[in-house]
Amino acid sequence: MTTRQRVGLRVRVDPVACDAYGYCAELLPERVTLDEWGYPIVDGAPVEGGLVALATRAAAECPRRAVLLEQVLVPR
Amino acid sequence: MSAMTLDANDRLLTVPPRARSATDLNPVLADHLATHGALAVPTRDDAGWTAAVRRAVSESGLLGRGGAGFPSAVKWSAVRRGGRRPMVVVNAMEGEPASAKDKVLLAHSPHLVLDGADVAAAAVGASDIVICVADDNGRTAASVTAAVAERARAGMDHRRISVERPPGRYVSGEESALVAWLNNREALPSLRIDKSVPLAVGRRPVLVHNAETLSQVALIARHGPEWFRRLGTPEAPGSTLVTVSGAVRSPGVLEVELGTPVGDIVGRAGLDGALSGLLLGGYGGAWLDPSHLSTPYAPGPLAAAGATMGVGIVVALPVTSCGIAETARIVRYMAGESAGQCGPCVFGLPAIADDLEQLAVGRAGAGVLERIEVRAAVVDGRGACRHPDGVVRLARTALAVFADDALAHARGRPCAGHRAPSVLALPAATTRDRWAS
Repeated sequence: MTTRQRVGLRVRVDPVACDAYGYCAELLPERVTLDEWGYPIVDGAPVEGGLVALATRAAAECPRRAVLLEQVLVPR
Repeated sequence: MSAMTLDANDRLLTVPPRARSATDLNPVLADHLATHGALAVPTRDDAGWTAAVRRAVSESGLLGRGGAGFPSAVKWSAVRRGGRRPMVVVNAMEGEPASAKDKVLLAHSPHLVLDGADVAAAAVGASDIVICVADDNGRTAASVTAAVAERARAGMDHRRISVERPPGRYVSGEESALVAWLNNREALPSLRIDKSVPLAVGRRPVLVHNAETLSQVALIARHGPEWFRRLGTPEAPGSTLVTVSGAVRSPGVLEVELGTPVGDIVGRAGLDGALSGLLLGGYGGAWLDPSHLSTPYAPGPLAAAGATMGVGIVVALPVTSCGIAETARIVRYMAGESAGQCGPCVFGLPAIADDLEQLAVGRAGAGVLERIEVRAAVVDGRGACRHPDGVVRLARTALAVFADDALAHARGRPCAGHRAPSVLALPAATTRDRWAS
């Protein structure tokens, strides 16, 4: 049996580019929290529904362009 | 650390010195050919030979010996999909302080590694071979350079071959750092979004193999996969090089059959006295309880115990040493070897090192063990490369294996061993900050 899948989005952070501005955690607290040094911890769950626009904004507004939106297969 | 204890099963470390004539132009090459026999590698694309050698390496089940243990045949498939002529990179950086296996191999049998590089290059259609030796490892570079010259004199230089000298730092041998350096950038790791996409120099795909892995390829190309599988286990076939140190009378490099109990390995090196722990894999490896002396040295059984073969480090920690103090020293060293690019590594590793150092001397105060565990979990998996992951694994396994000791230290009662001299070799402290030469 194959599980039906579709393309979803997931947030990733390029840790080399990241300089702990923290905008991503402010814009997308549902998926991103900050560690004690201010660097983002991404929970890795797919970004869906109303969060897609917020995730897109977090990626666009990162001063270091360190927030990446990655296409992943998620169960339908 | 260059002593060798030979064993009847040895394959990689078996070149006996011949009676050499004073007029012999290529003595090391002559010894090599007398021991292992000639190896015919086609100089042009040869589909039949390529298919056969790829099948042989695939059926051999050879796993890479550079730390990750990735199947070598799978690497070849990924590189062949690219359009442009690939390049083969021999990774002889060996940045792990407790490891000497590639240094010994390249001092003892450089042509076996060069043969393997030639086979890999022919198999993936590469026209160039680049051998990377750390810039602070002049002896290995001299051995490799002399061997390359011998092959040229013997007319065995079918491909462009060069020796490059990237900076000798812990993470500069990580393959994305190595390839960055070959692209005239600093030798720093980078985030690889999709690891199935081969690394590239310019637009040419790159096949990076550890030096020992290629020496195994050279033997598989000569003798075939069935021969290779006569040693080892079905899942982890063949033999491998290990560097044994610590509480042993003869520290050095051994060739061991995969699946050999860890206790037999330290026994061959002359285990000397009682142990409080075993460090396996490397300084980004794992501590094991001495009860694992009976565990087979192979990826599966070690993974079940929470460890890996890594780059083949086995350190026997004597009971007179303190596992907490030893770990604190390594973690401090490893924090200093961070490439300094990723926040969790830059801030997390020194914070964990601070706590371990205070714990080692019994002055850490309440909550230190929990704080180390929390920070280890926070740092794990959040670097571009695996450097921070290895360091936190070392710290976590130290707190587990030396749990009673850690608790006593946390309560302000450090063991006597915390003042003992360091068993684990560390390079002299440096302030160097060089990723390019």
